Amino acid sequence: MGARIGVLALQGAFAAHAAALQRLGVRADEVRVAGDLAECDALVMPGGESTTMSQLLETSHLFDPLAKRIADGMPVFGTCAGMILLSRHIADGRPDQRSFAALDIDVQRNAYGRQLDSFETEIAVQGFDRAFHAVFIRAPRISRIGSEIETLATYDGKPVLVRSNTVMAASFHPELADDDRVHQLFLNMVQG
Amino acid sequence: MRVQRGLAEMLKGGVIMDVVTPGQAKIAEDAGAIAVMALERVPADIRRDGGVARMSDPEMIEGIQAAVSIPVMAKARIGHFVEAQVLEALGVDFIDESEVLTPADEAHHIDKMKFTIPFVCGATNLGEALRRISEGAALIRSKGEAGTGNIVEAVRHLRSILGDIRKITQADSAELFAWAKLLDAPLPLVQEIAETGRLQVPLFCAGGIATPADAALAMQLGAESVFVGSGIFKSDDPAPRARAIVEATAHFRDAHIIAKVSRKLGAPMTGIAMDEINQRYAERGW
Repeated sequence: MGARIGVLALQGAFAAHAAALQRLGVRADEVRVAGDLAECDALVMPGGESTTMSQLLETSHLFDPLAKRIADGMPVFGTCAGMILLSRHIADGRPDQRSFAALDIDVQRNAYGRQLDSFETEIAVQGFDRAFHAVFIRAPRISRIGSEIETLATYDGKPVLVRSNTVMAASFHPELADDDRVHQLFLNMVQG
Repeated sequence: MRVQRGLAEMLKGGVIMDVVTPGQAKIAEDAGAIAVMALERVPADIRRDGGVARMSDPEMIEGIQAAVSIPVMAKARIGHFVEAQVLEALGVDFIDESEVLTPADEAHHIDKMKFTIPFVCGATNLGEALRRISEGAALIRSKGEAGTGNIVEAVRHLRSILGDIRKITQADSAELFAWAKLLDAPLPLVQEIAETGRLQVPLFCAGGIATPADAALAMQLGAESVFVGSGIFKSDDPAPRARAIVEATAHFRDAHIIAKVSRKLGAPMTGIAMDEINQRYAERGW
């Protein structure tokens, strides 16, 4: 278990992700500036406010170094706002909001509604022998998915957990589930 | 509960800004706020005007909901569960049962378990925080002293809450009964803190933040996000100050970044010393 996993810690649920990774026995380091990123072999991008995060990525001079690492094949896992930032196109995002276009998906922000419409449900994940408890909070919806992208779980007919060779994304929050199987799936990708 | 506390988890490492108009809400969102608190008057003006402070006009809250895509919070009076019902009907994302408004009940807080929308409540000490959590609060914030631009009370409250948590983790099982009695808090919640070393819900700072360094101070003391009330829109130049506080909160351990963003912000809100005020909002709540 030599891999060092970074957790983007500019804003959002980074502490819950770091706790999940530590339960799986890997080292999880908070990433706030380019120097932190350089020391990581893989990165988790947590949920939070995608508008705030994309702005802080710019002001913290982290957007371009991170885009380069992703292009070079560093494994990345984005949940909720993290998934929004990894997508190719953001519907209802801010006009100045940039994304990494690391996954060939389009997403719609807050598509499931406001907090009153947030919910939790059991979903089937490909390869899991029992259901996974998925928490959706002001969640984004994947509105288009490229043919190269693998769908690992769906809810209501829409993909909610997807991956390419090096990038995985979830519209729900596995870090809130007390069940680390989705994080383990990402570690399997990291360790190849 | 998981969905309610989950939203609080998403708000960590950020700044929630008080706004009184859709225009201010846009400025806050543009500056990188993670959420806005929609209210009719910022605490500094409530303090100046006196009288009874109530829930905001629904039309004003809806105007702010329409203006931004980030979560919108709104305040209900302590114990005024009908104001909370109205805010839930409006679809706000978080309700602040707030001592800044005039309390509606002198003995009871809202039974927050009855709501789908999560609640944030203020606390001055750990006992108060645990009583609010037992009533269903999904998020605790220090009360500080709102509308003063003076961080001293928020520091006192954070140190009190986090200091007692540290002491409880050192207590043996028999001492936990005495702690529950001392704090006037449910024993199971005290026992849980002894086990985990942390509050059951996220802990944010509110009350008196006026500068980027104030926000970073709260974060270094152990707050996980900050509320800024009067501190932004009562300052000379709100937009750059709002952006600077967002950056200082994200990079709260990096003094070089805090120094960089603290330049050229114009004057902060004037602020009031504690011996100059006649009404302490922090004393409201039971």
